[in-house]
Amino acid sequence: MKRDFIEVNEKIKAGKAVVMTAEEAAELVASDGVKAAAKKIDVVTTGTFGPMCSSGAVLNFGHSEPPIRMGKITLNDVECYGGLAAVDTYVGATQPSNDKGMQYGGAHVIEDLIAGKSVKLRASSYGTDCYPRKEIETQIGLEDMNQAMLFNPRNAYQNYSAATNSTERTLYTYMGTLLPNKRNVTYSTSGALSPLLKDPELRATGIGTRIFLGGAQGYVAFEGTQTVFNHHELESGGDWYGGVTLAVVGDMKRMSAQYIRAAVFEGYGCSMFVGIGIPYPVLDEDFLAQLAKPDEELFTRVFDYSVPSRSRPALRLVSYAELRSGEIELDGKRARTAPLSSLRIAREIASELKEQVQKGEFLLSEPVQYFERGKVNKPLNIK
Amino acid sequence: MQTIKASLYFPIDMTDKPFITDLVRDYGLTVNVLQAEILPGRPGKSVIDLTGSEEDLEKGLIYLSEHGISVHMFTTSIIHNADNCVDCGACVAVCTSGALQIKAPDWKLSFDPKECVRCKQCVKACPTRAINVNVFQ
Ligand code: SF4
Ligand code: SF4
Repeated sequence: MKRDFIEVNEKIKAGKAVVMTAEEAAELVASDGVKAAAKKIDVVTTGTFGPMCSSGAVLNFGHSEPPIRMGKITLNDVECYGGLAAVDTYVGATQPSNDKGMQYGGAHVIEDLIAGKSVKLRASSYGTDCYPRKEIETQIGLEDMNQAMLFNPRNAYQNYSAATNSTERTLYTYMGTLLPNKRNVTYSTSGALSPLLKDPELRATGIGTRIFLGGAQGYVAFEGTQTVFNHHELESGGDWYGGVTLAVVGDMKRMSAQYIRAAVFEGYGCSMFVGIGIPYPVLDEDFLAQLAKPDEELFTRVFDYSVPSRSRPALRLVSYAELRSGEIELDGKRARTAPLSSLRIAREIASELKEQVQKGEFLLSEPVQYFERGKVNKPLNIK
Repeated sequence: MQTIKASLYFPIDMTDKPFITDLVRDYGLTVNVLQAEILPGRPGKSVIDLTGSEEDLEKGLIYLSEHGISVHMFTTSIIHNADNCVDCGACVAVCTSGALQIKAPDWKLSFDPKECVRCKQCVKACPTRAINVNVFQ
């Protein structure tokens, strides 16, 4: 049994494609076996909704009269990048505001804009012959802008490590609040629904892949920053994959604040919940076997976040089913586990995507280029 | 009948007295111990819910203070605003009392005010600021 993108898209256009979420596919494979299920299912949808710090937006404000080459730019007092041409900028999700600090940051500006609110734009310049204006202050909303593209250089981590803390004091991290003495463990990947964990070899994901991004149709622009292909065969017989990320782009004007939400991690800073989903064609039985893997067969590692080094030791391997149980054993003691990404919204995304594919509103796109393999993640060595 | 929530602080020599039994037997109160940090030879702390008639509650509280146990009534409550909540679970990580839970089948956050010991850890831990402290009058 084999399928390709063209064939699957023909079926979608004819309204005949059989589409299931990854969780539904897992159930069908468990009951009917992978052979029968692969004959039946054409498309499997995935979803995730978690904090993804490396996110931001490219905005174009249009030209004022007289025009300005904006140098120092703020939106609701959040500093934006002023090193692009005249009225383009980039606002990063983690940038804290000048007045409210980390309680309001770039992610909040992005969420406010997507929610239809206007924000205060302030910009200044040294003035040039071609751009004489030196200052500007106005209110601006998405509808006033020419382009507003969410452009996130590192999203949808294939498999994020779980976090714990071995010290005597509480740690405030981007993995949430970590209680002393390894009393809790937080994890962020949506397990059986997680896009790249279901396509671990990236057989159907690459540059140009159409994705669900923040409620709109977006695209994979490039391999995400820090992408590496990691694969270990486990002694228990399973596999551990991790390391791939996606750089994604999409039209903010079509997004919904339901799927893009600002986040504040106390003591760490701002981040942004980003909703991403990828529909996968069932290329063959092997691929369906991957797409349908349940939480019991998907693993991550637990790291001690109190080790102030980039090479922290892994404490143990754990399955997503164990993490989902609410408690795991760590060094002989029980630790409470809690997610940081929303399974409820991840499911909504996978279901929404399923519906759009069924209705023919969302076609799959074959990557125009697959990611380069064999790269290693380079550390920053201080010379 | 009403329920009040309070922290009790025991001096060192009081930690082994069966005060809970007394409250139940002699004052007709229902006691629900939500948290207890009581070690022999050390001052102790516990968080309890007391249920009874206004009169019995008053008598019970007098009994406690007569025995050197200081009582701090809770004057705040924790409010979970479901409209702002994305059901991520970050607050569950810090809620050691089990008042906040997120689990199968729907993975929606549930909050049981009865189990809450007002530690306020969740307020800071919530990335969308969906948990607030409400101060009683
Ligand atoms: S204040 Fe919050 S964290 Fe503390 S017990 Fe209550 S609900 Fe749980
Ligand atoms: S941390 Fe906040 S948003 Fe997340 S589940 Fe708890 S209340 Fe909801």
